[in-house]
Amino acid sequence: MNEQLPALVVIIPLLFSFLIYVMGFIERRMPYFLLLLSSALSTLFSWKLLIKVIKEGPLSYHIGGWEPPWGIEYRVDHLNGIVAFVVSLVAFLVILSFKERIEREVEPPRWSQLCALFSLQLCGLLGMTYTGDVFNLYVLLEIASFSAYSMVAIGKRGAEFSAFRYLIFGTIGACCYLLGVGHLYILTGSLNMADIVTLLKNLPDSSALRVGLCLLVIGIGIKMAFFPLHIWLPDAYSHAPSTVSAFLAPLSTKVAGYVLLRILFGIFNPSFPSEKVLLEALGWMSLAGAFFFSFMAIIQRELRRAFCYLLLSEISLLGMGVASGTLEGLRGAILHLINDIFMIGCLFTSLCAFIHQFEKEDLRYLEGLGILSPWVSLGFLMGGLSVIGIPPLCGFFSKWYLILGTIEGEKWHLLIGILVSSLINAILIFKVVEKIYLKHPHSVSLKNLPFAFLVSLLIFSVSLLVLGALASTIVKKVIDPWILTLGGF
Amino acid sequence: MYELLKHYNYWLYALLLALGLYGMMSKRNLMKKLIAMSIFQWAIIYYFISIGAKRGGNIPIFPEHGIENLTIRAQNYVNPLPHVLMLTAIVVAVATTGIALALLIKIWQNWNTLEEDEILEKMRNE
Repeated sequence: MNEQLPALVVIIPLLFSFLIYVMGFIERRMPYFLLLLSSALSTLFSWKLLIKVIKEGPLSYHIGGWEPPWGIEYRVDHLNGIVAFVVSLVAFLVILSFKERIEREVEPPRWSQLCALFSLQLCGLLGMTYTGDVFNLYVLLEIASFSAYSMVAIGKRGAEFSAFRYLIFGTIGACCYLLGVGHLYILTGSLNMADIVTLLKNLPDSSALRVGLCLLVIGIGIKMAFFPLHIWLPDAYSHAPSTVSAFLAPLSTKVAGYVLLRILFGIFNPSFPSEKVLLEALGWMSLAGAFFFSFMAIIQRELRRAFCYLLLSEISLLGMGVASGTLEGLRGAILHLINDIFMIGCLFTSLCAFIHQFEKEDLRYLEGLGILSPWVSLGFLMGGLSVIGIPPLCGFFSKWYLILGTIEGEKWHLLIGILVSSLINAILIFKVVEKIYLKHPHSVSLKNLPFAFLVSLLIFSVSLLVLGALASTIVKKVIDPWILTLGGF
Repeated sequence: MYELLKHYNYWLYALLLALGLYGMMSKRNLMKKLIAMSIFQWAIIYYFISIGAKRGGNIPIFPEHGIENLTIRAQNYVNPLPHVLMLTAIVVAVATTGIALALLIKIWQNWNTLEEDEILEKMRNE
């Protein structure tokens, strides 16, 4: 059983997605509980795996018993161990919260379909983190994307149009990635990441290699909504059902961000002459993105759209950490990736609870929320303060490392970018907090907050504090061992 | 000149790729966008198939008997791996088209048109 863990983490949500759909015909309420069970099992197994990796070092799993360079390898190391655990944990927390929300938002025949798609999405995301094979990654990327397109399309009027745009952009991204894989395959003759790393060492720098790297980065950049490639995200996430955006927003772009880290530092590394130029370009793009998104976030009137832009500016921060190309910057980027999954998860779950209570998304209805619904306000407060980086919360520590990284790499424009975008984000958050705690409530009809939302929000808020307290432990136990295995540092 | 024309198949795929990208960006009809997207995907599939092909290459299947006397030279056989990968990619392409067509049906039901401009206009008016 223990040797099979890497496969189980990915296979369980896959098998459950079929089971959920079939069981939906028998009993309408069953799919939700099966979905909860599948995410709980994935969380449990990925936790076991993470502990095992920390104790014994990276492990490799051969699918179907085929030896690595030929067969597909699932390689679990410190980085993807923790990313997979955090992804499945946050997926579990989000799923835990939204039973009543799904039942109100989506008509009964769609319950089982939506739950099956959630499970499939989880399977794709976890597979993307564990796989050590570049082509397998493409297939899992597409599984995750397909379920995302379909889930977005379930939303309100106009969602299907946003989903179609998302599909066009997503397909361009996936195809660029595939083309990049083709270039790597022609040059090295291998699809296994570890194998490619050793083969690339003896390879002279060529234009084909540069183009391949660029295509991989552009493809993943579209999936993670990097600055000029983000156009699909705000529309898709704000038209989707609120449960779907609560599930997708923290997870799917962050897993793509993990893949970017894996490509830039796991397969290639900053000592490649072409990657230096690429990192420089990424730095300027994320700088432009951080300004643009933070600014766009303030001027939105709809809360969900504002949070979408907030999410995008957080991704730009991740890009800045990557672009600084230094040890501290990379530490910061990885820590930021982990923290951000929790912070955005907290914000979007609060948003989901808010929409459940008020059935409105306009910023105006936040007024007096502190009195009307203290728990949802707590979620907004903790998530928001963490995003702008107030000290005891986890967001502060990742920003600290990011800033150290830009100073170490002497990238002053990135340093200014991080500070200014945090300041602009603070304007949005303080606007929200002011409305919540200092304004008098509107007289609106208010629905009860389901108990599940309360539990989930409480866990999210506490975990933001815990992650802050654990920041140095995570860096020491998980992030540094991974960075040590890389060349170029 | 010969160097450039030797790999004429790759030039064709690059042309298809550009054509698909152009179609997706400039056409305002969603169905045409979808067609352009398929062209884009198929250009990449052709590209992968070309990687594996060899002039005079045989199919990579060993005879059941008489392997002992056979000397196997890799250059006599086409590389099957890219072709196998493309089987998966074709499935992915078909699934993408399927989802896109389903979305188009839903768009048609909701907005009664497939022109992007008209849909945006109607969305703005609501």
